[in-house]
Amino acid sequence: MAQLDFQSLLETETFITVSELTRDIKTLLETAFPFVWLQGEISNFNHHTSGHMYFSLKDENAQIPAVMWRRNNSNLFFSPLDGMKVFVKGRISLYEKRGAYQFDILEMKPAGVGDLQLAFEQLKSKLREEGLFSDEFKKPIPDIPQKIAIVTSPTGAAIQDMLSVLTRRYPNITIIFEPARVQGEGAASELAHAIDKLNDYGDIDILIVGRGGGSIEDLWPFNEEMVARAIFRSKIPIISAVGHEVDFSISDFVADFRAPTPSAAAELAVPDKKELVRKIEQSVIDIRSTLIEKIQFNREKLRALERNYAFRHPLDKLYQHRQRLDELQKRAEKSVLHMLEICKEKAKGAEGRLALLEHKNVLKRGFTICSKDGHIVDNIENLNVADKLTIEFYRGKIQSTVDEIS
Amino acid sequence: MKKVSFESAMKDLDEIVDELESGSLSLDESLKKFEKGVELSRFCKQKLDESELKIKQLVKIEDEFELKDAEL
Repeated sequence: MAQLDFQSLLETETFITVSELTRDIKTLLETAFPFVWLQGEISNFNHHTSGHMYFSLKDENAQIPAVMWRRNNSNLFFSPLDGMKVFVKGRISLYEKRGAYQFDILEMKPAGVGDLQLAFEQLKSKLREEGLFSDEFKKPIPDIPQKIAIVTSPTGAAIQDMLSVLTRRYPNITIIFEPARVQGEGAASELAHAIDKLNDYGDIDILIVGRGGGSIEDLWPFNEEMVARAIFRSKIPIISAVGHEVDFSISDFVADFRAPTPSAAAELAVPDKKELVRKIEQSVIDIRSTLIEKIQFNREKLRALERNYAFRHPLDKLYQHRQRLDELQKRAEKSVLHMLEICKEKAKGAEGRLALLEHKNVLKRGFTICSKDGHIVDNIENLNVADKLTIEFYRGKIQSTVDEIS
Repeated sequence: MKKVSFESAMKDLDEIVDELESGSLSLDESLKKFEKGVELSRFCKQKLDESELKIKQLVKIEDEFELKDAEL
């Protein structure tokens, strides 16, 4: 090839600038791929301090640089990780300054069950650390509610199951039904919005949020952060009832109560009417028997009173009087005897004194009493000469000696 | 009596059972409580019998909430 003749080239060809070419490519690319759903694996993930996410999406044979701007990734319900397979929705864009094309991601979801599980565990531990599952925030469920709100799909089996349980078990309530999609895109925001709306209204005792069974992808809205946050900020106690017994969702952990199924949530929310009727009847039986007991008790008390005062008391008095009488009698007898004794004694004294008085009178008349060794001498037979004799006069005594016995 | 809710009537009935069982009331008071209890139990059972599940839907019209009958 000969040397290039730039001059002739300039005359025959039209030149465009780099910018012009780049802009053309950009237009071409961006109009050819306005929106693409892409499946790939994350590599070289970098969450920049600016908030934007930069990484590559790859498969076995190719890779494409990807970016998810902060405004798009702020609602992401999981943290992307290297090796995680994802579905992304976005468009091809071209970064003119570097002449590089990249995939501009608007939405991203984990692709595999394993990836969902990973995202689930990540959100679960994040919310747990924040305290959204703490017992201190759990609100009690009222025993007898009057208004129960239900957030679920109007077409699913869950609402019919719950209504039939409520009708059978306890129809004494008002149900406020708030329809929301429970699977697929947009379901999470509908659920969150429904919870917020019911809280704005406020006059509700219990809120049931749930759906029937399905695949992990179907149940996924109940694992999204916006639903968890709406449940957490609810002032109304919430029962979460998602899928079957074995399915655990993030909403189960944040809610005040977890029910294994929607039917179980309905059972949990209301008392059993039959049980209540039985309880009411039992109450009447109880108060009747306590009243009868009370009357019985009072009757017994009255009987006791009758025995004590109306009849027994006078008898008692009588007995008491009788006893007193006996006592008095005893005492009287004793004192009479005593008196007798005293009288006897007195009489004895009187006798003595009387006798004394008698011989004094004799002495007064001039007689004397002669005694020897304390014995009155009334003859001379036992007397000897020189015996000492006491002679008593009316006034005074003398000692004398026997001189001669005639 | 008409304005009392089923829930508060049940609560009152429970209280009466407790009060009567505590045994601290006089016979007169007990009799009054008993009569009140029987009245409450009749009211509660009647409420349970006449009730029918009401299904409503919350409608927001210009910042005002309204409950409308819902068909499901």
